Amino acid sequence: MSDFKHIIAKRKRQDFIFNIVGILCTLVGILTLGALLADLLIDGLVRINWTFLTSFPSRFAERAGILSSWVGTLLIMVVTASTAVPLGVAAGIYLEEYARRNWLTNLIEINIANLAGVPSIIYGLMALSLLVYQFRLGQTVLAGGLTLAFLILPIVIVATREALRTIPQGIREAAYALGSTKWQVVRHHLLPYSLGGTMTGIIIALSRAIGETAPLITIGALTFIAFLPPAPVKGEAPFVSFEWLTSPFSVLPIQMFNWVSRPDQDFVVNAAGAGLVLIFVTLLLNAIAIMIRYRVRKRIKW
Amino acid sequence: MSLRVVSSTVLVNQFMQEIPDLQHPVAAAADQSTHQPPAETPSARRRLSRIKERFIEALLFLAAFSSVAITVGIVGTLVFESSTFFAHVSLREFLTAPLWTPLFSPPRFGIMPLVMGTLVTTAVALAVALPIGTVVAIYLSEFAPAPVREVIKPVLELLSAVPTVVYGYFALQFMSPLLQKIFPGLPTFNMLSAGVVMGIMIIPYVSSLSEDAMRAVPMSLREGAYAMGANRIITAIRVVYPAALSGIVASYILAISRAIGETMIVAIAAGMQPNFTFDPREPAATITAFIVQVSLGDLPHGSIGYQSIFAAGVTLFIMTLVFNIIGYILRKRFREVY
Repeated sequence: MSDFKHIIAKRKRQDFIFNIVGILCTLVGILTLGALLADLLIDGLVRINWTFLTSFPSRFAERAGILSSWVGTLLIMVVTASTAVPLGVAAGIYLEEYARRNWLTNLIEINIANLAGVPSIIYGLMALSLLVYQFRLGQTVLAGGLTLAFLILPIVIVATREALRTIPQGIREAAYALGSTKWQVVRHHLLPYSLGGTMTGIIIALSRAIGETAPLITIGALTFIAFLPPAPVKGEAPFVSFEWLTSPFSVLPIQMFNWVSRPDQDFVVNAAGAGLVLIFVTLLLNAIAIMIRYRVRKRIKW
Repeated sequence: MSLRVVSSTVLVNQFMQEIPDLQHPVAAAADQSTHQPPAETPSARRRLSRIKERFIEALLFLAAFSSVAITVGIVGTLVFESSTFFAHVSLREFLTAPLWTPLFSPPRFGIMPLVMGTLVTTAVALAVALPIGTVVAIYLSEFAPAPVREVIKPVLELLSAVPTVVYGYFALQFMSPLLQKIFPGLPTFNMLSAGVVMGIMIIPYVSSLSEDAMRAVPMSLREGAYAMGANRIITAIRVVYPAALSGIVASYILAISRAIGETMIVAIAAGMQPNFTFDPREPAATITAFIVQVSLGDLPHGSIGYQSIFAAGVTLFIMTLVFNIIGYILRKRFREVY
């Protein structure tokens, strides 16, 4: 009898010990995240002010700012989103709703799974050879935006498919029973119902694209740029201009990389400032995505 | 898509194809009685809508096929650009020469120092990420109360959302000084701090996917173990972990391929000099760091420096491709079991 008690006590102790180990391991991740934020805040908060956001980079650390790089990031994101979102959502719809089970579909699926695992810098090499030199786009906003669009395409496709998969089959059957064509089912039912899930995936994909550095360095983004691309809106007709697409650019993470690799400590402070802006934008986007996911999950009960 | 789903859509499709034949006489009769122009008859409208449907399907297919075009683009450019490199440099020199100095004179083209840098940083990262990630996954799946899990999981996933250039800063400015206190004489640029930070970054890849795999293990397996008198940890290690193994290994492989391809952390914190060493306390360039370093300079199209980054890229691509394929096979098997 005392043997049993002994064994039971021992096993309860094992469980208790693992519980502690599990919590400690979880804390490693969370504390690192905290230390990272604290480190950036301590180093970089002094640099966050209006002049930092509205100044061009400079040889003098105190005068340097991130104007050209955040404008670059914004413009690149416009190109990336307007390419990757329609393409990725369309591909997701095709694979989930239209595709027949055959070798071609299998090929596309294996291919997407593989693309998601290709290192981002390889996309940069591909874009350097293909977009910059073969298609003669040059080292421009357009080439950079397309590069990142290729990179996040698999994420958008997978998110769209998962969102479509959660819609019960009965919805589709009901619409067909009323005489809808396939596209009508997709357009009027599946797209609106899957919007929450798709949006979550798109936002997460864009937050990943904002932080991407390596592929843009590879295609030859500038690390020092003291002018802005031409404005997309003009005073006279036709009021919009696409000249900015062919402008050279820099982006926030490249600006940060440029500053962090300098020996001068003043520039490291600038790097922390740029890092703060960057991490604030990424965490904000992720928070929005989590919120949408949470609300969708709460609202829709099939 | 389940079998039921397929069959019901097929049925509906067949049904819709039969409609025009069924209704054609009726439509014709309606024509005669009201003398409407033929363009507005229901059957003509239906034909138009079927053309529209076909057109849309073709567009959607093109979108899906564009991903294949991207892969062809990647493989094509890597092969094309590196073939000019391998016209200058023999494969033997590439694989066996002990030095990688493509921009010096005389240039040497041995990729192994860069491969070593990549392998050492990857090994350090895995030594951090695999044990911690696995323990976290077991904790979240078998021990943590549901509300804790719901909060912890998204917070941990934020770790992989932080831009890698920020991690690079963290490795250089925070982790290196910290590790210098433990290992006196550690240089500012070293593979250890880059690897450790990279490992923490990939924890969520391991923990989230492994946890998904473990939670997919049927409850009855756990109940069987409990009925035999096992406690939670024994159940987790002896029953749940083996049952979810293929999913867990797939998550490990994803982590490996992330670590191999990671660029900015090592480019910032591990140093830029190719260095053939097994010692993580030394600085060394990885394949990715080399590509970044060369790209930062002004790179004339077609020069040997330009070709060398594609040769390095091919090596990197092949290394990750092998792991991706193994991971895909394992994921496929894992999905079929449960």
